[in-house]
Amino acid sequence: MDLNYSQEESAFRDEVRGWLKANLPQDLRDKIASYDELGREDLLRWHRILARKGWVAPSWPKEFGGTSWNVVQRYIFEEECGFAGTPPLIPFGLSMCGPVLIRFGTEAQKKRFLPRIYNGEDFWCQGYSEPGSGSDLASLKTKAERVRDEKAGDHYIVNGQKTWTTLGHFADWIFCLVRTDSSLAKRQEGISFLLIDMKTPGITVRPLILMDGGHEVNEVFFDDVKVPVENLVYEEGKGWTVAKYLLGHERMNTGRIGASKRELAKLKEIAGRQKGDDGRPLAGDPRFRDKLTRVEVELMALEITNLRFLDQMRRSGQPPGADVSMLKIKGTEIQQALTELSMQAADPGSQEEFTGLAKRYANMRKTTIYAGSNEIQRNIIAKMTLGL
Amino acid sequence: MNFDYNEEQQLLADSVRRFLAKDYDFESRKKIVASRDGWSPAVWATMADMGLTGLPFSPDYGGFGGGAVDLMDVMEAAGDALLVEPYLATVGLGAQFVARAGSDAQKKAVLPQVVEGKLKLAFAHTEKGARYNLAKVAAQAKKAAGGWAITGEKFVVLGAAAADKLVVSANTDKGLSLFLVEKNAVEAKAYVTLDEQRAGDLVLSGTPGELIGTEGGALPVIEEIVDFATALVCAEAVGAMKFACDTTLEYLKTRKQFGVPIGTFQALQHRMVDMYVAQEQARSMACLACSKVDAPSDARDRSRSVSAAKIKIADACRHISQEAIQLHGGMGMTEEMKVSHSFRRLTMIAQQFGDAEHHLARFAALSY
Repeated sequence: MDLNYSQEESAFRDEVRGWLKANLPQDLRDKIASYDELGREDLLRWHRILARKGWVAPSWPKEFGGTSWNVVQRYIFEEECGFAGTPPLIPFGLSMCGPVLIRFGTEAQKKRFLPRIYNGEDFWCQGYSEPGSGSDLASLKTKAERVRDEKAGDHYIVNGQKTWTTLGHFADWIFCLVRTDSSLAKRQEGISFLLIDMKTPGITVRPLILMDGGHEVNEVFFDDVKVPVENLVYEEGKGWTVAKYLLGHERMNTGRIGASKRELAKLKEIAGRQKGDDGRPLAGDPRFRDKLTRVEVELMALEITNLRFLDQMRRSGQPPGADVSMLKIKGTEIQQALTELSMQAADPGSQEEFTGLAKRYANMRKTTIYAGSNEIQRNIIAKMTLGL
Repeated sequence: MNFDYNEEQQLLADSVRRFLAKDYDFESRKKIVASRDGWSPAVWATMADMGLTGLPFSPDYGGFGGGAVDLMDVMEAAGDALLVEPYLATVGLGAQFVARAGSDAQKKAVLPQVVEGKLKLAFAHTEKGARYNLAKVAAQAKKAAGGWAITGEKFVVLGAAAADKLVVSANTDKGLSLFLVEKNAVEAKAYVTLDEQRAGDLVLSGTPGELIGTEGGALPVIEEIVDFATALVCAEAVGAMKFACDTTLEYLKTRKQFGVPIGTFQALQHRMVDMYVAQEQARSMACLACSKVDAPSDARDRSRSVSAAKIKIADACRHISQEAIQLHGGMGMTEEMKVSHSFRRLTMIAQQFGDAEHHLARFAALSY
């Protein structure tokens, strides 16, 4: 047993760390550090910097621009990005639509979309959730009707509504789960996976402003939207298979350990500087310090748990099972605890510092809800790992 | 990075598990607990034959030169079986003082016998009111003809009754020191602890002892060995937690109410998942503690890691043991179910060598 990285792994980490230090633009670093909202250009700029380096899509096959890194290297890269505080790579193209096209797409679809995803030319978003279909995704209602048209080619007419569409207001394209057949008894059947150009007439994007005032998510309305059949991925009615593949795609970074380490360091800095009522730094106040330490310990444990999973995966060559759900549960609980303590540590008399951290605290409540709420993650472990 | 046990560690752990499954099932354990001495010479002899009593000692004395990582899976198996033999007292504590601080003559006199299973030791350190403060010792040692004479009282000495020799802490003019004492020279009152182990209160009145290590230099040695033993109980806790989780899961699948297994209720499923997650997080910290006591970059790094591990382990011990009883309902409260015995051991491990609050304070002192 050896908890330390091997010499090669350490060398790789140093290489990534050094490169990030030299290539992450200062203005982007500052924006992340002060929790500013990032614009479309901020996100694409960082995407393109990584694309030029060849590091933007590590998990893709080599022929499409992948790095051939093993699982440990991929994990190290992601955690180093989190620790350095880079803008996030928007996953909808790189980690969702891309892998789906590589697995299920036609040659024409791969050729048309993959290079543009890789180079950050198209901004993608995800059309899954609907107002009535959150955790229960298979109940989705957005309808796509196939229309025969000998002159212009067959197409679908899409009607319905998607919601919680993250960064839909920046997107050029959306991949959607739509119902192409409502006559089937099993709800998972009759769903199809469509790629839709956001400029198509009939699409309306309406912002959903979150309680911290931020604009991240949207509602997207489809009103007789015409989608050519060549934008169908895999077979009609087999969209659920595609969706499941996408959800099961390696999720080894859900713990966000690198980013939480950065937040922890920042929290310690605040707690060392802010003084309690007795004039001692908060970091020396046992009531505050013990809360902080418990979060730090959970984070240490989560990092080792994550490494254990990686080691297992490397050894077995198998993708991680349902146990990765625990990385999501613990990782998000830790993220939330850190933002809560940071808000508590801030000087309540300093509007600037306090409000920034309080908004961040409010915003981070989303983490235990999104990407499969933590209750859904518990259902997954209960069913798949524990056999309940 | 590598979390696998090597082949030797794996083989040993497998044979320990086979042996415990066969000869240390719940019924056999009950008889041992109820016996006069509360431990089994036959089991001890088998453990020695399997090499368990020699595992963490130098090959110079017949041992295998292993560390905490080599003991991890053994301790986990011990936790699962709720082993009450004086293994931690002898191998994890008492003999460690001789191995790490003793003179060559002391090592030669003690360690081969320990390895062969012929000699058991205990660490007599805790005094009334000292709680988890390792430096708080009132016992005194004075120079006497041919050695030292020790006077003081020691409490809740784990494995005291079974021990042949004691390692006793006492202050001299130069400070905290350690002494090797013959057990039968000491007045001892033995009793059963909450978790069915045996411990004892000792009275020393000018009892002869032999100095171990440097006079006045005992505290760093005590800290090092208690960290080592803490790492071992972290691994033991993981085994006891795994048993508590597994048996609770089994109960959820078989116990029926309202015509269905109670494990079909989501309110219980999510609690079971939280127990499982806590167990995995605890396992990760046991790995950290055992690797760090084997190869620390320095004493501070070692103690900080062990405290971090013990915080998580203590919290998980309480969480899992409490939930295991609650999910078993009334049956979990009874003596008949092994789960109530694992509750008792987990309750004690949460406090052994310092509870979460003690280690929170120590972690902070070493961090800020």
